[in-house]
Amino acid sequence: MLSALLLAFGVALAAPWLTVRLGRSAGWVLALLPAGLTAYFLSLGPRVAAGEPLEQRVAWVPQLGVELAFRVDGLSLLFGLLIAGIGTFVAIYAGGYLAGDRQLPRFYLLLFSFMAAMLGVVTSDDLILLFVFWELTSITSFFLIGYQHESEESRANALQGLFVTAGGGLAMLAGFVLLGSMAGTYRISELLAAPGVLVEHPAYPVALALVALGAFTKSAQWPFHFWLPNAMAAPTPVSSYLHSATMVKAGVYLLARLAPGLGGTPAWFWLLTLVGGATVLAATGLTLLQRDSKRLLAYSTIVALGTMVLLIGVGTDAAIKAMVVFLFAHALYKAPLFMAAGSVDHEAGTRDVTRLRGLGRSMPWTWLAAGLAGVSAAGLPPMLGFVGKELAYEALFAAPWLLAGLIVAGAVLLLVAVMVAWVPFAGRSVRAPKAPHEAPLSMLVGPLALAVLGLTFGLAPGLVQDGLMRPAAAAVLGAPYAFDLYLWHGLTLALGLSLLTISLGVVLAATWRRWQPLLVARLAGVRFGPVAVYAGGWRGLLRFAELQTRFVQSDDLRHHLTTIVTFTVALTGGVALWRGGLDGMVWAPAAAYLHEFLYLAVILLATATVVRSHSRLAVITSLGVVGFGVAFVFVLFAAPDLAITQFLVDTLVVIIAALVLIRLPSSALRAEGGRDTRWLSGIIAVAGGALITGLLLAVTGLPFDGSLTHFFEANSYPVARGRNIVNVILVDFRAVDTLAEVIVLAVAAAGVGALLRRRLGGDDADVPAPRVDREGDGR
Amino acid sequence: MNSLILRTTTRPIIVVLLLISIFLLLRGHDLPGGGFIGGLVAAAAAALYAIAFGDEAAAKLLRVHPELLVGWGMAAAVAAGLLGMVAGREFLTGLWWVIAVGDQELKLSTPLLFDVGVYLVVVGVILRFVLSLEER
Repeated sequence: MLSALLLAFGVALAAPWLTVRLGRSAGWVLALLPAGLTAYFLSLGPRVAAGEPLEQRVAWVPQLGVELAFRVDGLSLLFGLLIAGIGTFVAIYAGGYLAGDRQLPRFYLLLFSFMAAMLGVVTSDDLILLFVFWELTSITSFFLIGYQHESEESRANALQGLFVTAGGGLAMLAGFVLLGSMAGTYRISELLAAPGVLVEHPAYPVALALVALGAFTKSAQWPFHFWLPNAMAAPTPVSSYLHSATMVKAGVYLLARLAPGLGGTPAWFWLLTLVGGATVLAATGLTLLQRDSKRLLAYSTIVALGTMVLLIGVGTDAAIKAMVVFLFAHALYKAPLFMAAGSVDHEAGTRDVTRLRGLGRSMPWTWLAAGLAGVSAAGLPPMLGFVGKELAYEALFAAPWLLAGLIVAGAVLLLVAVMVAWVPFAGRSVRAPKAPHEAPLSMLVGPLALAVLGLTFGLAPGLVQDGLMRPAAAAVLGAPYAFDLYLWHGLTLALGLSLLTISLGVVLAATWRRWQPLLVARLAGVRFGPVAVYAGGWRGLLRFAELQTRFVQSDDLRHHLTTIVTFTVALTGGVALWRGGLDGMVWAPAAAYLHEFLYLAVILLATATVVRSHSRLAVITSLGVVGFGVAFVFVLFAAPDLAITQFLVDTLVVIIAALVLIRLPSSALRAEGGRDTRWLSGIIAVAGGALITGLLLAVTGLPFDGSLTHFFEANSYPVARGRNIVNVILVDFRAVDTLAEVIVLAVAAAGVGALLRRRLGGDDADVPAPRVDREGDGR
Repeated sequence: MNSLILRTTTRPIIVVLLLISIFLLLRGHDLPGGGFIGGLVAAAAAALYAIAFGDEAAAKLLRVHPELLVGWGMAAAVAAGLLGMVAGREFLTGLWWVIAVGDQELKLSTPLLFDVGVYLVVVGVILRFVLSLEER
């Protein structure tokens, strides 16, 4: 498993290069990667179905008990097949859809990284590892959604998706850490093996809420549903992938995965059924307002996701069976529907279903694919979608309210299917913004193949029953579960409910043109709800950040320093006073030599000059003298390395400061500031100095702990072959620290370099230099 | 700054300063000095040259862009760390090769390479500041 993932990431890295080399056939050739991965998962099928999951463990961070642990059981296999299988067709489709796009190489890098991360999520057997892959999917999908990065809307939507999913991911991480400490292990299979430990733990409700938050945000559950329709900003291949097999299904996967360990409690039942039910209701309502084919499909995805969460929450054998079949059916019809909608947009120029008619003549194959998938989406026989829907109805017989909601949702799903797969194609007269023509082969293979699969498995559900559906349901239930799938159940109550759903859906679709514009007009002005909360929170955050930055990091250097020093004095000094003062302070002047007093006099004299002088140049130079005086003190007390460094640093500071001053207008060379601010600055400076002096005296009053000194003295030469302890510490004992400091220096140089280049407009300026700020001139 | 005295004295002084900087770098492991201090001395020498002859002359003398020095320095420091890993030890473990040259010993080591990296980064960073400010 690890090697398969490494291969996937490796090919992802090579994809840009390959795309350029392969030219027009890139999509077909690159699709070999997901196709190979599909074959790999298929080859695992028999052993997984026999109840022998594939397990693999490699040590990663043994100190924290985190390992690269993978486990492929029935649930992982189902998801793995969907991710890799649909990924194959998405890769081919994208080759046609984005043909000639300048950024296609980048696209394949992102698509395959995303796919590999998704495969990592569904095969991880370690919570921390799962989290890492989970975040990786958030980040890669951010780049995929924001693929058209020159559009501001696209960027904003990508950022929204990232904030919602990564924010939920953080909550989930906290939940994982809780789970890990509750069970004493991060390995998922071990966690699930002892369910009582988790459920009876006092921290169970908190852990459940945090983990569920991660799953709900990812799977676009109400009230976090709004990011998903906006993710439509992505190119269609990405949308079809995100919606059918990946990303949003990750939340469903997580809940299903943890169900044996966390489920079966009232808290689990209510949380999942309420949120799932609310999602179904909200998304059903919002679907009615849409006219854009991709948005119609997006909201119908949310309906489907809500249904799955609801079924996991119910958690009975029948509900899990229904969830697994419905999930599979949904993936098989949602991907081709999106691809067909994308093809229509691509070849006929719009996604507004009210502006399209009669495309069927010119795009027969696309219509066939869309039609088959649409029948499945509508929950009609003989498709797999019909089987899934009937099972869902059966599972909810005991809960009439949920059942009623699901029937309305089913009717709306039928409406969506009609709007996307029938209305744009049917009719004799052609209506479209541009002359339509059939999509190329690369954009037909995927939708057709997937839709035909949905038909095949609908006609013969036995094909996937033993190998896929039973093992997957067993993994969610935590126990083997034998069931048989039939297309035709006989004249049952579920069939009656299906008929009711269909008639309701047909009525909705037939009258759509009459009520839909009225509904939109009525609700156009509504401005509340989760979206408004998100937008308000976002604006508030930015405003707060601006205020805070202005307060603590003002452009005015004096203000800036005042903030820093005042806070340090108030906090450190405050704590010292609160703790009863610096009682260890020792005043023991040991120095008595005349030359020591001379150095002191030089330092004091230079300090006085700094305070009194009205010339900035004199101030800088005097500060240098202060530094030199301190360096002489280091010489006296036998710290040559420190002294040399101090001399050099002070020299360079004076040089650099002088260079800055020379560039400023002459009026700025005079120190400014009224008498009152000087007094205030003086008080703050003296307080800061007094605090540091007091602290130093208190520290020297403490008994000296020489263990480190002894260690370095004893080991410097024998171990590190150096006699200069200072240098040995820098380049050997603490070399990692030094390396980090070197990196900090380099980053600072890059930043300062860029700032100076912009401001002063040097020769190598690659940005137009703004006007040099000459604020001081007019005064 | 256009001063004849400064220009005349600068040339011999920076030769001495650069020699001292390398001397400090090499002896750093046993006696006061090291990459940081050596780098500061070299940077001071270059800054002196830039003040006396202008930034263009200094850039010409330097031949490479200061940011390139930073990059090479970081590369050297990281390489010193990776060499330890290549030898099967932890990152940044010191490796030593003592070569006898006549009756003297030449001590080569990854800590020395690391210190050379620090030296280059320090020179590069400070020159980046000084040369951007001197630019007209």
